[in-house]
Amino acid sequence: MDGCCVEVDMETGKQGNEETRRQGILESLSTCIPVSLYASRTLLWLLPLSFLAILFFFPLSKILSLTFNLETLTPENLRIANFALRFTFYQAFLSTLLTLLLGLPSAVLFARYDFRGKSILRALTAVPFMLPTVVVAASFNALLGQRGLLSTFFPLSSFPFTGTLTAILVAHVFYNTTIIIRIVGATLSSLDPKLEQTARSLGADSFRVWWNVTLPLLRPSILAATLLVFLFDFTSFGVILLLGGSQFSTLEVEIYFQAVRQLNLPLAALLSIIQLLCTLIFSILYSYLVTRNSPQLAPRSTQNRKPKNLREKIFVTTFLFLLSSFFLLPLSSLPIRSLFRLDADRGQRGEVQYGFTTDYYTELFINRRDSVFYVPPFQAILNSLTYASATVLLSILLGFPAAFALAKPTRLEKILDPLIMLPLGSSAVMLGLGFIITYGKWLTSPLLVPFAHTLIALPFVIRALQPAIASIPERLRQAASSLGASPFEVWKNIDFPILRRATIAAGTFAFTISLGEFGATLLISRPEYPTIPVAIERFLSQPGGLNYGQAMAMASILMTVTVTSILLIEKFRLPNAGEF
Amino acid sequence: MKHITLLLSSFLFLFSACSPKPLEPQTLTILTHDSFSVSEVVVKSFEEANHAKIVFLQSGDAGAMLNKAIFTKDAPLADLLFGVDNTFLSRALEADIFEPYESPALQEIPKEFQLDASNRALPVDYGDVCINYDKKYFADNNLPVPQSLGDLIKPEYKNLLVVENPATSSTGLAFMLATVAHYGDSFTDYWRALKDNGVVVVDGWETAYFTNFSASSGRGSQPLVVSYASSPSAEVSPSGESLTASILGIDTCFRQIEFVAILKGTQHRALAEKFIDFMLGKQFQEDMPLQMFVYPVNPNAALPDAFTQYAQTPPQPATLSPDEIATNRDEWIRAWTDVVLK
Repeated sequence: MDGCCVEVDMETGKQGNEETRRQGILESLSTCIPVSLYASRTLLWLLPLSFLAILFFFPLSKILSLTFNLETLTPENLRIANFALRFTFYQAFLSTLLTLLLGLPSAVLFARYDFRGKSILRALTAVPFMLPTVVVAASFNALLGQRGLLSTFFPLSSFPFTGTLTAILVAHVFYNTTIIIRIVGATLSSLDPKLEQTARSLGADSFRVWWNVTLPLLRPSILAATLLVFLFDFTSFGVILLLGGSQFSTLEVEIYFQAVRQLNLPLAALLSIIQLLCTLIFSILYSYLVTRNSPQLAPRSTQNRKPKNLREKIFVTTFLFLLSSFFLLPLSSLPIRSLFRLDADRGQRGEVQYGFTTDYYTELFINRRDSVFYVPPFQAILNSLTYASATVLLSILLGFPAAFALAKPTRLEKILDPLIMLPLGSSAVMLGLGFIITYGKWLTSPLLVPFAHTLIALPFVIRALQPAIASIPERLRQAASSLGASPFEVWKNIDFPILRRATIAAGTFAFTISLGEFGATLLISRPEYPTIPVAIERFLSQPGGLNYGQAMAMASILMTVTVTSILLIEKFRLPNAGEF
Repeated sequence: MKHITLLLSSFLFLFSACSPKPLEPQTLTILTHDSFSVSEVVVKSFEEANHAKIVFLQSGDAGAMLNKAIFTKDAPLADLLFGVDNTFLSRALEADIFEPYESPALQEIPKEFQLDASNRALPVDYGDVCINYDKKYFADNNLPVPQSLGDLIKPEYKNLLVVENPATSSTGLAFMLATVAHYGDSFTDYWRALKDNGVVVVDGWETAYFTNFSASSGRGSQPLVVSYASSPSAEVSPSGESLTASILGIDTCFRQIEFVAILKGTQHRALAEKFIDFMLGKQFQEDMPLQMFVYPVNPNAALPDAFTQYAQTPPQPATLSPDEIATNRDEWIRAWTDVVLK
């Protein structure tokens, strides 16, 4: 292990010096990293790797080796693969670009400025992340559809939304902007203000400060967030299927189609392998692009302030307006739909049916049809929250050691780094089939649900934590130790304040991923512990205004639960870390 | 602190869920699709009478569920499978995943529903996939309601119909089969005409009905949707009038029959047989219509009022033999995809 330490030191030290010269502002890195931190590298990897091995690599390799064979490589199959791959790339590239365009300024908005309703708006941007695609489709349709809210006020403005590439792109931005806001925002609000102040005092104008100081410092987290967004868009399934209509097909949709519909498992395996390889390539590219020496962030006092000059005011107002209309309008159509009957213009006695109603909510509490599958709303909320809390706990528990090891990488980490992203790039369908053949009847254990959720949450948690951990200035730790601080005191006063924001961001991701995850819950599909998304899906599987209203009511409840939970998570603070 | 208590209690709750209790009743697992539903009372009455515990495993729609059953045939996930329909029956029989069972209850069931002569799959319910229309739309626009498949390609009905992709939806597959039954091999020409007339294709029933159909609460853009003959009974306004109705022309509807079967390799064959008898009996058959919007195959089962009042039965639904469907299904879907989606 000593060998490892030396190797790291030399490498980071060297790169650090180059970087320092280039930027002229960053201080050089420390030359030695405590052996104690790295002596236990194997220990750090033990839990996260066994977890991934048991729940991911083993079942996936089992299904792939069982179903894939070289005879699948026919021209016809390769044509299908090529067609899907090209569209997958195309839409993922466009979606990621648009998400960055909205996400980066929004991250600045939330990290730098104070304005009324800030925490609520930030919490709202995370809501789409956990909304079932059916509900997102319904809410956009309620807004933009031919008989949606918009066309009520501007009669000529309606246009076909579903079934277009625009719908796919808008939905992806709607879903994933929160990733940029949270990951980049966490770094941005922890940046040492002295760096920018120094640059300014040396005569740099605002643009140069941004371009030469802030952006380079943000680079690792921007890259991490971009990778996550891109992978999410790349493996997009529900959005493509539901909003894109049937003419668009990504790799993931094609895998689903071949495996679940055609039972053509060899082709599904081929497509899965292509998708996995792409994920691997992106992740390797990411590791290559992220410089080993991340910016050094000192814990800093809050710099949030009201916009001062005209330019700032214009920026804040513009993006406030953009974000509010982009997130609030579609989201607000859910509670509106859950509280109003909209049959006014139908039927011969229309006036009787119109108006405000709480029926959909009261009806949630009644098992009108005495169905075995009836879900009492509080039970669904409790189930969802239980799974979500377990997922947060589990993914932080597994994510922290992995992120620690990855933050100061040795040769081992360079190999492992891209591998831990693979769960995001594997087809849910194939992994599900892998689960079935590997674990058979264990599938019915409700314990498996938080484990499956953690599988998806873990790459997020690691990517959210890693830049923050890497950024902790070693000299601060050393200084504190040499002044007589115990390891716990070092952690409490140095590590914790820096990691707090990143941990909150990571926890929020794990939480929302679990709340909204529907596939894994379905895979296990025990009626005893249905979650809110399962309940929504049940209402929407049968006709009738009452079912629709109840689905909207349940979705509104899910939204309220999410917003409340996120606000609570973000309020989470320890006494000595008062600033936020 | 609260968080920790919550987490601890949640973990205890999770673990307690898997600890075995002594003298547990025999468990019967039923693999089924997401639209399956049944009354609690009905399940309880069976469980109590037979000292059994029933577990339902819902696994996607009918097609996805069946493929999962075929995929796991060496180590079956369940004892029974409910919900394979006549459009997929042959695939199941070819895969040889069922054990035959000649239930005494079959005597009461009309022969027309018993599609498998060796009783590997037993009929439970049926329903008709039909085009529903938005009554208000056609009244407001003084447009006559289309009466046949041929009407749908007329210019006055341009952009008015939404259908489900037969490659991803059982409902969509049934409607495509209706057009095959009516037009034979030239069904692709019909679909080309439908496409030119602005037919909208979506992935599944939920989207078609709740996002695109104008008479559903989703307030979509199309007043014609491929749904079920029984759906109008769910769209009854407080004034007691249904807002939708089905088009009941010649071959505009396709009859779906759903089957139950014992999965090969079950450890609970006797109990599984009892449950099949129970499903074909009056109590279960009378419970189904309002749970799943389907008709009972047992003629002795009484229909609920909502059905007799609002749900309609097409006089001449389209049908195709399961063998014919089995031989051509994939080819038809491919031809359809080439014409409509490319």
